[in-house]
Amino acid sequence: MSLELRNIHKHFGAVRANDGITIEIETGTLHGLLGENGAGKSTLMKVLSGFHAADSGEIMLDGEQVELASPEDAIAAGIGMLHQDPLVFLPFSVIDNFVLGSPGHRRLDRRKAKSDLRGLCERYGFNLDPALPARLLTVGERQQLEIVRLLWLGARVLILDEPTTGISADQRGKLFATLKSLAAEGMSVIFVSHKLEEVADLCDRVTVMRRGKVVGEVELPVPPEHLVDMMFGQAVEIRGRYPVPLGISHLTIDAVRTATGLLSEEPVSLDVKAGEIVGLAGMEGSGQDAFLRICAGMRAPKHGTVAVAGKNLTGKHYRDFLAADVKYLPAGRLEEGLIEGLTITEHFVLTGADKRFFVDWAAGRRRAEDQVGHFNIKGTEASTAESLSGGNQQRLLLALLPVNLKLLLMEHPTRGLDIESADWVWEQLLARREEGTSIVFASADLDELLRYSDRILVFFSGRVIGELEAATSNVDEIGMLIGGRTADVDMGNSR
Amino acid sequence: MSTRLTNLLLPTAVVLGSATGLLLLAGTNPWDPLRLIVEGSIGWPPFEEGTSAKIGDTVMVWVPIALAAAGLIVTFSAGMWNIGIEGQIILGAIAASWVAREVSASRPVLVALTLLAGAAGGLLWGLLVGVLRTAGGVNEIFGGLGLDFVAVSLTTYLILDPWRRSGVASTSGTDIFPDDALLPSLSGTRLSPLAILITLLAIVGVWILFRGTLYGLKLKAVGRNRRSAFLMGVPTNRYLLGAFMICGALAGMAGTSQATGFHFKLIPSISGNYGFLAILVVLLARFRAFWVIPISFFFAMIAVGSSQLDLRLDLSSTLGGVLQGVLVLSAMFGMGWAAFRARRKIAAGAGGAG
Repeated sequence: MSLELRNIHKHFGAVRANDGITIEIETGTLHGLLGENGAGKSTLMKVLSGFHAADSGEIMLDGEQVELASPEDAIAAGIGMLHQDPLVFLPFSVIDNFVLGSPGHRRLDRRKAKSDLRGLCERYGFNLDPALPARLLTVGERQQLEIVRLLWLGARVLILDEPTTGISADQRGKLFATLKSLAAEGMSVIFVSHKLEEVADLCDRVTVMRRGKVVGEVELPVPPEHLVDMMFGQAVEIRGRYPVPLGISHLTIDAVRTATGLLSEEPVSLDVKAGEIVGLAGMEGSGQDAFLRICAGMRAPKHGTVAVAGKNLTGKHYRDFLAADVKYLPAGRLEEGLIEGLTITEHFVLTGADKRFFVDWAAGRRRAEDQVGHFNIKGTEASTAESLSGGNQQRLLLALLPVNLKLLLMEHPTRGLDIESADWVWEQLLARREEGTSIVFASADLDELLRYSDRILVFFSGRVIGELEAATSNVDEIGMLIGGRTADVDMGNSR
Repeated sequence: MSTRLTNLLLPTAVVLGSATGLLLLAGTNPWDPLRLIVEGSIGWPPFEEGTSAKIGDTVMVWVPIALAAAGLIVTFSAGMWNIGIEGQIILGAIAASWVAREVSASRPVLVALTLLAGAAGGLLWGLLVGVLRTAGGVNEIFGGLGLDFVAVSLTTYLILDPWRRSGVASTSGTDIFPDDALLPSLSGTRLSPLAILITLLAIVGVWILFRGTLYGLKLKAVGRNRRSAFLMGVPTNRYLLGAFMICGALAGMAGTSQATGFHFKLIPSISGNYGFLAILVVLLARFRAFWVIPISFFFAMIAVGSSQLDLRLDLSSTLGGVLQGVLVLSAMFGMGWAAFRARRKIAAGAGGAG
């Protein structure tokens, strides 16, 4: 099905998320949509999938104008959207998930649905057991389930929003092969991403967006620098690493093991010195998050000890870890970091050193104003946390960190940030490191892990499968370990 | 500019419209019942001579509603739907009744003791809801509701058995308390300046709590995002329990006022459902402490004034309750509508500029 977006406008308050977007997508093509975070890609796709109504503009399918007032309209018109986090109901079985969005309200022919599911799986080489609870599927399999579900509902335009976040290289290869065969069958595929290589690997054409506008559209392949220039308006310089003299041990994890589940099979040990950065690699849910929580004192290990700066804190309360200058920043900035509805000033007062009963609001405001300026947060001291963009929320979280910090634990420090903001975040983190803060962070971004870590711990299936010196390692080596392959890694030189 | 005006006018229009509609449905013109409610609560024209008894009654209904509402602002801000407020009022009344019946002392001492006992009773009952929530994982709505029933049953038991009236056990309540245990009031009325003072202090206290103290800010943080607050190092459970204790203590004093300042004895429906009314007051006041004063008074007027309806207009006096419910629902609908319009206006305004 051919698809045409004509002069789409969508505003949120004063923000022009889509400012006159016109894109044409031909039948049977893999069309990339590239742009940094906040470029307006997701908004455009939400308009196209009926989630948002455009303020103005037209959507044409096979030359006819359509009105998409809801996701139900969109799927009825043949537009299916695969969201970044697959919309799978985890407690339900595969087949229940499969039939959940089917039109109609009363009759449900499960037998036919099951055989349809089998047929579609066979056709695309998926291996989904209809009876299996969806929570046992990997993220990649959940995507497969979503794809066959959308095809079953009659989707002829498939939108994929950042589909490679959190899936393995293997699964990515499989996903790409599926998308290529779908396009060959006449499906129009829109692939939304901010990862250059993936778009270059997969797509026939690419549209680049910046600040709510289309800034270019090219037939692939083109040199990657050309795409980077379009995305950012200038080439981005990759920052090198430089060594920092290491100090005393700030974190000593000794033979830690949990009772059940992740990290229960083999003990983990790790020693992190002042000024050292340790990256945690692995597919999502391989144990690195559980490990961070143990380091932060949010979870007590069953065996082994956790010590901070030589002080044994095993089994101590999270607040004892805080008092020992440990700080944990989880991935969910608005869920587990900031507080919706509170202003920036209130955040500074909450986390500040002044513990007097009556709040000195004038001092709080002054501090907030200072920090908003110093950390270049786009907002004022009276802005609420949720009114900030993701990048500015991360800036605020960094601004809220206490001055003296022995150990900083982070989950995905730059997830969802554009390259400029990500660079800026790491500048701050590297400055902390020079002051002697140890940093342990989990990331799905191998480049980030290699660029900033001194050492990398690779997690696979709930245990540590390898420990690498970042300086002598490379993407391929980590990628293999993440996938669980250890045979060709010389563990001898890793430590 | 005109958004502010819309925010006020739209809800008002919706409220007036639905109240008029309700009264027309009940088979009367809208004006007479409203005038009767005003006349029955503060006199018509208001505050005429000879209306002091009515006004006293209305104020003493205002006291428990406003006290409970002040307490509820604290628990609601902490993210806790303290439906158990009724039970906390009742336990306050029971504790105050115990002191009033069993302790003999000079009047100032005894009055102080009833108030303290009431606060303690409500505090403990609130704490129980909080402990069930934080230690037992029982949702505060269900825990509170359950404890409400326990409190009601406990009252009935006390009235019918250990505290029954000399000679007859009757659901009309216990014996009247001794004079020395009653809240001091202006002569010929129930109006107690002490109760008014306590209520106003409570409201100002809650205002200061959220306006100027770190404790209040932390309570708010816990209410808005418990997880983030915990990670910031706020001992969230302790704060939740604190919120329940503050609310329970204020509700307990509301119960004291009911027992020793209005009914002068313990009766089965001692709370008068004022706890539930206070929930509506807080929702209408949108957590702003000073708005509790007029809104509670308005509710008190309806509660007292609507008793005139069946006598004078041949309307059921329960119409007052229906009216309260309709007013709250329509006001909330109106506020929601105004907010929706304002949002759309902003969006359209930005679109037009672009």
